[in-house]
Amino acid sequence: MSEQTAVKRPVARKEMTKAQWTWKEMKRNKVAYAMLAPFMILFLIFTVFPVFLSMILSFTDFNLLEMPNWVGFDNYIHLFLDDDIFIIAVKNTLIFASVTGPASYLLSFLIAWFINELGPKIRSVVTLIFYAPSISGSVYTIWKTLFSSDAYGWVNGTLMELGIITSPILWFENADYVMPLCIAVALWVSLGTAFLAFIAGLQTVDKSLYEAAAVDGIKNRWQELWFITLPEMKPQLMFGAVLAITQSFGFGAVVTTLCGLPSVDYAAHTIMHHLDDYGGQRYEVGYASTIAVILFAIMLGSNFIVKKAISKVGQ
Amino acid sequence: MSKKLRTRGHKVVLNRSTGGDIGITILLTIMGAFMFLPMVYVVIQSLKPLDELWMFPPRFYVIRPTLSNFSDLFALMNDSWVPFSRYIFNTVFITAAGTVGNLLFASMAAYALSKLKFPGRNFMFGMILTSLMFHSTVNQVAHFIILSSFHWVDTYLAIIMPALAGTLGLYLMKQFMENSVSDAVLESARLDGASEFRTFWVIAMPMVKPAWLTLIIETFKNLWNTGASIYIHSEQLKTFNYAIQQIVSGGVARAGAGAAATVVMMIVPIVIFVINQSKIIETMGTSGMKD
Repeated sequence: MSEQTAVKRPVARKEMTKAQWTWKEMKRNKVAYAMLAPFMILFLIFTVFPVFLSMILSFTDFNLLEMPNWVGFDNYIHLFLDDDIFIIAVKNTLIFASVTGPASYLLSFLIAWFINELGPKIRSVVTLIFYAPSISGSVYTIWKTLFSSDAYGWVNGTLMELGIITSPILWFENADYVMPLCIAVALWVSLGTAFLAFIAGLQTVDKSLYEAAAVDGIKNRWQELWFITLPEMKPQLMFGAVLAITQSFGFGAVVTTLCGLPSVDYAAHTIMHHLDDYGGQRYEVGYASTIAVILFAIMLGSNFIVKKAISKVGQ
Repeated sequence: MSKKLRTRGHKVVLNRSTGGDIGITILLTIMGAFMFLPMVYVVIQSLKPLDELWMFPPRFYVIRPTLSNFSDLFALMNDSWVPFSRYIFNTVFITAAGTVGNLLFASMAAYALSKLKFPGRNFMFGMILTSLMFHSTVNQVAHFIILSSFHWVDTYLAIIMPALAGTLGLYLMKQFMENSVSDAVLESARLDGASEFRTFWVIAMPMVKPAWLTLIIETFKNLWNTGASIYIHSEQLKTFNYAIQQIVSGGVARAGAGAAATVVMMIVPIVIFVINQSKIIETMGTSGMKD
C-alpha cells in the first residue's frame, strides 16, 4: 500500500514544509475523514468533551440552577479533608477493584485455558455457562433471593435447617457481609468480553509451536503455558487487562441494586456511589465533577501501571 | 524418540498428565457450579407455585412446576398504567436503532483507521484506546448537561446517541479488519475503479462478519439492559428492564411474576449469543489457518 501511494504523490515530500505536506495528505484523504466523521463527532461530544467539561466544572460550585462561581481548589480540599465518607469510598473502591480486577482476569484466563482442549461442541456449551451471567443484565438480583434476609432465602433456610444458625442473617444489611457478597456477585457477572477474547486468542495460537516445543523438551502443560501460550497471547492479555480494570471500577450498579444507596454503614460505598449521590441525587454538579475527575485519574493511573507491568512479561 | 503420545479423539495430545486433567476437571466443575446454579435457580423460582416460593425450608428444586407465574406476569402487564407493549417497544426500538447505528458508524470508522493512512490517524486511535480505560459512568454528570443543552433529555436520543459512539465495538472491528481484510484485495477493487466507500461496503464488510456479530452482542447487551435512566422521566419512554425492575421489587405477592420477568429478560441476550456463537466459532476456525 505504501508503494502505491508513493506513486500517486506527484511532488516529493522533501520539497514541502511539514505543514504543507500534512495539508496535502489531508486533502488527498478526504474520504477517510468523511468515513470517520459520524463516529468521531459523537465520540468527541459524548466521551472526550465530557472529560474536559468535568475538569472545568470541578473548580466551580455549579448546581444546575444558579450561575456557577469559580471556587478554585475548594472542592478538592473539601473532598480530601472534610468529607469522611469520601475517604471510606476511596478505601472501598481500592479494595473492591484490587480484588475483582485481578480475580476476574485470572478466572477469565484460567477457564478459557481449561476449556481450550475440549471438543468444539462441549466448549461452546461451557463457554455459554460461564459467559451467560455477564450478558443477562439484572439477573444478578437472584443473589438477593438466594441470600434473602428472611428464612425463605435459600442460604438462610439451608443454614437454619442444618442447625448452623437459629435466626436468619440479614446478609445485605450487615456491614460485615456486604463487601464480600458484592465482590462475589461482581465476579459472577464479570466473565464477559475479556473471557471471549481469551478463548479466541487461545484458538489462534499456532498449533505447530506446541509440537515443536514438545520435541524441544517442554515437559508439561504448565511449561507450555509459560513458554509458548502466554507470550503468544500477549496482545489479548493486554486487551483483557484493560477491560478487567475498567470493569472493576464499574460495578456501582450491582452494589446499588443489592445493598441500596447508601449501603449499610457505607460498607460497600465506592467512589462511583459517591458520584451518584452528589451528581444524580443532590445535583451538586461542581462537587460531583470533582469526584468524577478523581475517579477518572485513578482509573487511567491503574491502567497505565498494569499495562507497563504486562509489557514486561516475557522480557 | 520413544515419547508416548496420548490421543484424544483423533488428535495427538502433547505433554498432558492424567493428574492435571483430573485436577482441572474438578476445578472447572466447582467454578461451573458457582456460575451455573444461580442461573438454574432463576428458572426454578419462575416455575414454583406461590406456596413453594414461600415454603420453609426453601428447596433448590420445584415439586409441582407451573407456568402460572408467566400468566400472572402477562396479567400484570395488561393492568399496568402504561401499556406494557409500550415498554417493550421502547427497549426494542432503542436497542435496534443503537445497535444498527453503532455497527454502521463504528465499521466505517474502523475501516478508515485500519486500512487508510492519513494525518491524525494514530492520534484518533489513541483517544479511542484511552476511552477503553475508563468507565463511562464518570461522564454521567457531564452527559446530563450536554444532553439537556441539545434538548435531548427525556427523548430516545438521550440513550441512542451516546451508544452510537460506543468504542469497544469499534476497537474490536478495527483489530479484526487489520488482520482479516487483505490490502491486496482492496487495492485491486480500487484499481477497478471502485470508490473508497464502495470498497468498504462491498469488499471489506462481508469479510468481517464475525466482528459484526461481536459488536452487535456488545452493543445489544448494553442497550437491552438499559434500566432506569436519569435522562428519561416520562413513563411512556421507560424501558422494559425498568418495568421488570418495578415488578421484581413489588414484594411478596409478585415474587413469582418477578422471577418470570427475570427469565424473560435474560432469555433474549442468551438466545442471541447462542445463535452468534456457533457462527463466530465456525468463522474463527477458518480465519485461524490463513496466517
